[in-house]
Amino acid sequence: MRHLLSAADLSREGALELLDVAEEMAATQAREIKKLPTLRGRTVVNLFFEDSTRTRISFEAAAKRLSADVITFSAKGSSVSKGESLKDTALTLQAMGADAVVLRHSASGAAHRLAHAGWSGVGVLNAGDGTHEHPTQALLDAFTLRRRLAERAGGDPARVLEGARVAVVGDVLHSRVARSNVLLLETLGADVVLVAPPTLLPVGVGTWPCRTSWDLDAVLPDVDAVMVLRVQRERMGGGGFFPSAQEYTRRFGLDGRRLRLLPDHALVMHPGPMNRGLEISAEAADSPRSTIVEQVANGVAVRMAALYLLLAGEDAA
Amino acid sequence: MSTTDTPAPTGAAGEGAAPPVLVRRARLLGGEETDLLLAGGRVARTGPGGSLEAPDGARVVEAAGLVALPGLVDLHTHLREPGREDAETVRTGSRAAALGGFTAVHAMANTDPVADTAGVVEQVWRLGREVGLVDVRPVGAVTVGLAGERLAELGAMATSAARVRVFSDDGRCVHDPVLMRRALEYVRSVDGVVAQHAQDPRLTEGAQMHEGVVSSVLGLRGWPAVAEEAVIARDVLLADHVGSRLHVCHVSTAGSVEILRWAKARGVDVTAEVTPHHLLLTDELVRGYDPVYKVNPPLRTRADVEALREAVADGTVDVVATDHAPHPVEDKDCEWAAAAMGMTGLETALSVVQEALVETGLLGWADVARVLSSAPARIGRLEDHGRPLAEGEPAHLVLVDPAARRPVAPEQHATQGRNSPYRGMELPGRVVATVLRGRPVVLDGALVGEQPDDAHLGASRGAPHGAAGAS
Repeated sequence: MRHLLSAADLSREGALELLDVAEEMAATQAREIKKLPTLRGRTVVNLFFEDSTRTRISFEAAAKRLSADVITFSAKGSSVSKGESLKDTALTLQAMGADAVVLRHSASGAAHRLAHAGWSGVGVLNAGDGTHEHPTQALLDAFTLRRRLAERAGGDPARVLEGARVAVVGDVLHSRVARSNVLLLETLGADVVLVAPPTLLPVGVGTWPCRTSWDLDAVLPDVDAVMVLRVQRERMGGGGFFPSAQEYTRRFGLDGRRLRLLPDHALVMHPGPMNRGLEISAEAADSPRSTIVEQVANGVAVRMAALYLLLAGEDAA
Repeated sequence: MSTTDTPAPTGAAGEGAAPPVLVRRARLLGGEETDLLLAGGRVARTGPGGSLEAPDGARVVEAAGLVALPGLVDLHTHLREPGREDAETVRTGSRAAALGGFTAVHAMANTDPVADTAGVVEQVWRLGREVGLVDVRPVGAVTVGLAGERLAELGAMATSAARVRVFSDDGRCVHDPVLMRRALEYVRSVDGVVAQHAQDPRLTEGAQMHEGVVSSVLGLRGWPAVAEEAVIARDVLLADHVGSRLHVCHVSTAGSVEILRWAKARGVDVTAEVTPHHLLLTDELVRGYDPVYKVNPPLRTRADVEALREAVADGTVDVVATDHAPHPVEDKDCEWAAAAMGMTGLETALSVVQEALVETGLLGWADVARVLSSAPARIGRLEDHGRPLAEGEPAHLVLVDPAARRPVAPEQHATQGRNSPYRGMELPGRVVATVLRGRPVVLDGALVGEQPDDAHLGASRGAPHGAAGAS
């Protein structure tokens, strides 16, 4: 794996390999000494042009537990609007001997640019680019889903997600998590339905490998998992994508009543951070079927696997 | 092509002293081989191929196998001067234009300061005259500072030495319907035309690329076709209502073509242009996030490209205009959202037209002369350009080798901009010679007889008599 920029970069075999490696990584995390020597002497740069404490910490923990040297660079604020800074930062990191860059950026395609503009030769791991993709989030979601569904039904781990029914609910238009999840779940054979008000579904969504619906109540009884997306408050009011928070919650929020529409085994997922009371109620977020905290823990294992395959994959193969 | 100079008494390249030129065996508009004798800035004589003798002192241009077209006229060029000389100057843009086969360009008004006064348009016009490679015809802003709030002094620009006839806020849309109506009405008194950049500003806030399948996947804010089409629909109705002439810049969607077709059938006095890139490229290219493909209006779909080609073929779209928009490297060498919009086009336009329209059988060379020369000259009221290559007509012409094929190498372009979307693409056709007012400015695909760049250089070589005082 040279870069990980989009969930579409992963073939079915590649995605399953990454999930399997993540299982191995997760097993090591149950040990008393969690640190592995795998990436000793390698330098991973966390380049965060956009605030995201949880993703940054997750990548930091993943790299450190593989014994990599970690440099975290947070460049927030006005520098984001200047393209020069991305290029110049890339050149600087290259000069400092970075082996991989984990990039978070507000511009869609920033990771792609960093990987392919010819600025530097380092491996790039997309940790969220604008409203485009967030592939490690989709991987940790798939990891969590696969684990839980396998616990219940057993069977070949390579096939657990085949035919799994997943609803993704909320602001699909602006969601990098939704885009990566649709692509990855399709690759793994799952059946995805996007549920959102029409204003929050992109023009062109009809060509995506999934179904869409405007009716959450009708969808919930037939799913194995519901992924609730964060709704950003600036999208309403002046943003005009929906009339009010109350109306959104009424029509698309996962509350106690909707929780009970789900089949007994169905999971409740959320990439965080949550707006409790807006897209998800406390009852749903804290219910036994919620995997929200587990997703965070699994994030470290999945990112360890991604870094491992990016930096040590060739040696290991 | 080969050129030979018969010994001439005068070695000066100044315009007044331009020796006669005999173009031998050029295929006139792609037709019969013809000899053209150019003298005194005009086509002095024409005759069947090989029939004319070179007079004493004449330069002979052997043009067997080459197509002769009237000098090309661009209705839509960004020369960036004044204000962004780091992107382009009148000089570098003129070089690019001449090498692309153009003998006249319309310099857009979105400079800094904006070309919204007689003073600025005269400055641009004068710079063009000093360079002397093409006729630079300034476009005047419709509104003061392109702000869309009140009309600029259109009359003053029209009666200035620059004789502005095309008015445009290009880069911005005159979106206020009352202001647009007044502009359309007002320019009638100067035989002018409003060239509208049709883009509803509210529907395109933060827009990054064509809204459709590709934008949905890439997560780039969509630029809906309706944002262009709605403004064109409004404007053709306004033009009809007040009986004015309207020109629509860079039409990019199949829906816009339908509206224009309807308007023309209804008798509205509307003309429209399409850029070379909208005739060849699609939004699929954006998938790699390379900002060289970022442009306003955005690259659309294959269906739009096909509709635009048909529209040029059937005359719904009148002209091909480059929207040549050079940018410094740093404005494109960044992430998509931070990058500037625009592509260079002067040096590739004719090749793209050949690729998209001639080689597809949609246009013949006479049609190419129409869409790249006579129609834009007529819209811009350039009486001296876009004329037939016939005896007594102005001697503006371009010789094209249609059999040539070459990969596009932006580094070799004369424009300062390296932002050509055709980099590495093999395109047909090569401009071999460009003649402005009887004087070759391009021969063998290279600039000739350019006036010195700097005043001190000029002084050391003697008075540059072709400079400011040229006729």
